Amino acid sequence: MPDKPDRNAIEVVNVSKIFGSGEGQVAALDTVSVSIRENEFFTLLGPSGCGKTTLLRLIAGFDFPTAGEILLYGQDIAPLPPFKRPVNTVFQSYALFPHMTVADNIGFGLEMLGKPKAEIKARVTEMLKLVQMEALASRRTSQISGGQQQRVALARALAPQPKVLLLDEPLSALDYKLRKEMQIELKRLQHETGITFIFVTHDQEEALTMSDRIAVMSSGKILQVGSPRDIYDRPSERFVADFIGESNFLKADVVGVSGGRATVRLSSGAEIPASLPEGLVPKGKVTIVVRPEHAQLSAASPGASLLGTVENIVYLGTDTHFHLRLADGEHFIVRRQNSRGAGDGIVQGGKVGILIGGDAAQVLKD
Amino acid sequence: MAKRFSIKHQPGFTTIAATCFIVLYLPIIVLVIYAFNAATSTSEWGGFSLKWFQSAWQNTQVIDATLRSFQIGAIAAIFSTIFATMAALATTRTAPYPGLTFKYAAINQPLMVPEIVTGVALLIFFSRIKIFTGYSGLGYLIAAHTAFCVPFAYLPIRARLENMDLTLERAAADLYATPWRTFRRITLPLLWPGILAGLMLAFVISLDDVVITEFVKSGGQDTLPTYMLGQIRRGITPEINAISTVFLLLSVAIVTLFFFISRKRD
Repeated sequence: MPDKPDRNAIEVVNVSKIFGSGEGQVAALDTVSVSIRENEFFTLLGPSGCGKTTLLRLIAGFDFPTAGEILLYGQDIAPLPPFKRPVNTVFQSYALFPHMTVADNIGFGLEMLGKPKAEIKARVTEMLKLVQMEALASRRTSQISGGQQQRVALARALAPQPKVLLLDEPLSALDYKLRKEMQIELKRLQHETGITFIFVTHDQEEALTMSDRIAVMSSGKILQVGSPRDIYDRPSERFVADFIGESNFLKADVVGVSGGRATVRLSSGAEIPASLPEGLVPKGKVTIVVRPEHAQLSAASPGASLLGTVENIVYLGTDTHFHLRLADGEHFIVRRQNSRGAGDGIVQGGKVGILIGGDAAQVLKD
Repeated sequence: MAKRFSIKHQPGFTTIAATCFIVLYLPIIVLVIYAFNAATSTSEWGGFSLKWFQSAWQNTQVIDATLRSFQIGAIAAIFSTIFATMAALATTRTAPYPGLTFKYAAINQPLMVPEIVTGVALLIFFSRIKIFTGYSGLGYLIAAHTAFCVPFAYLPIRARLENMDLTLERAAADLYATPWRTFRRITLPLLWPGILAGLMLAFVISLDDVVITEFVKSGGQDTLPTYMLGQIRRGITPEINAISTVFLLLSVAIVTLFFFISRKRD
């Protein structure tokens, strides 16, 4: 919440995790550093094998880093076993205890902490209410549906009021509709409990809709950290732009840099402004990225940044995709929201101008 | 609809199956029938009678041997199950390492080494200890039975552990349970059906053993099977059939119980 936005719940400092030894060594995490703020919904996003689950396991204590520190409110927890960390996990498989009731599952953490019976009972009731499972308190976990198990797993992890809640792809086993519901539910729970959530997923849509901030990971490194809008509008690397949403990549030459922005010359000779990733001072040849919906088409070419031929028009109801071939042979996609009205003269095989506006282009680091 | 392959519809299936069952069960049925024979013969029918059950019941040697079998079986089953549980935990709750397969083999050694070899080895080994300590009680039989029961108790326990989701233990640790409490509250309750199955299997195996017992026992330490073997050498009466019948019922009861326990909670 906004009153103390800058306090860090978790600080990961130069953490590496190396599996195996000698020739077969694999760095699952390669000197990763990241800070996660208090009360934040933070997402680790990346393809499988990128190291996101490894990082989560290191924070939970199921594994220990080869090097580096993991600070929880300033205290290094990296050497502590999991049962000594005030951090709880929602597992991908839920891992509910099959020999216990729903209520006993939720109360387990508090019981292990040695809380008095009355307090446990009250807290379990509160948790059941929070996840709307009051009616099923005395059921065995095998007698409830997948979505309900998911709620119990959440309640169980939230009951001891952890300082940080870790969620390891918890929605991946649910069907589409339930997943959508749970995304909203998770946001609500995070808001109501005020607990810091660290959420691991490979699903970019999930990450964009739920997160306050996202860290995009690949091959054991964090490539970019930022708000969903930052990540989407201002990807710093080609991998990030490619992994999240659709992208057009263009070769360009830097002609000038000033005030955190660059002017680049496209293959057509047109010069357009482009924003820069933090700390980058580009020179010479660069790649820029333009999101398909950030470019405009015009049937008349004057003032256009690029010229192209319409190869394909794909109508998708809410919007239309124009697949274009540029003069230099590159492929370019423009997405336009549909509205009712007269045609604009753009037809398959026709020549069109592409306008890349003042804030549409972003220079990439690689 | 295309006809799928079914072993039931192969020529001769019924005949082979029926023959197998007859060969398996006919001798047992005959044995059980003659337990109720009024005559003294095990092959000529002399009318229905329960007298051989009565005579076995009044035979103190039979009762002694039975009680001894139960005593040895119960103690050996408990000890072997404890060892088997520890062995199963140690061999499953670890990352595979070189030498693990060798350990499996070592634990299951009694399944592979011929019983007669173990019997002779134990006879020689224990006779030395007997001379050295002067002790000649049931301890030797209990120790021997414990040793060869371990793999039988180990197998169902290990099977249960291998099917157990390791994430459950991780979840318990995540929820502040120390390793010991994780074991007590999560691992052990979930393992319990496997342990009970192992316990009963070990008990039945111990109850049934002849070869090793024959070598290890001292005078007056007959178990029910070795007593029966001794009796047969002196000529058979339907009393043996009666004892066998009771023994059979008992084993069937235990195996049925074992079946239900291992099915439960799955």
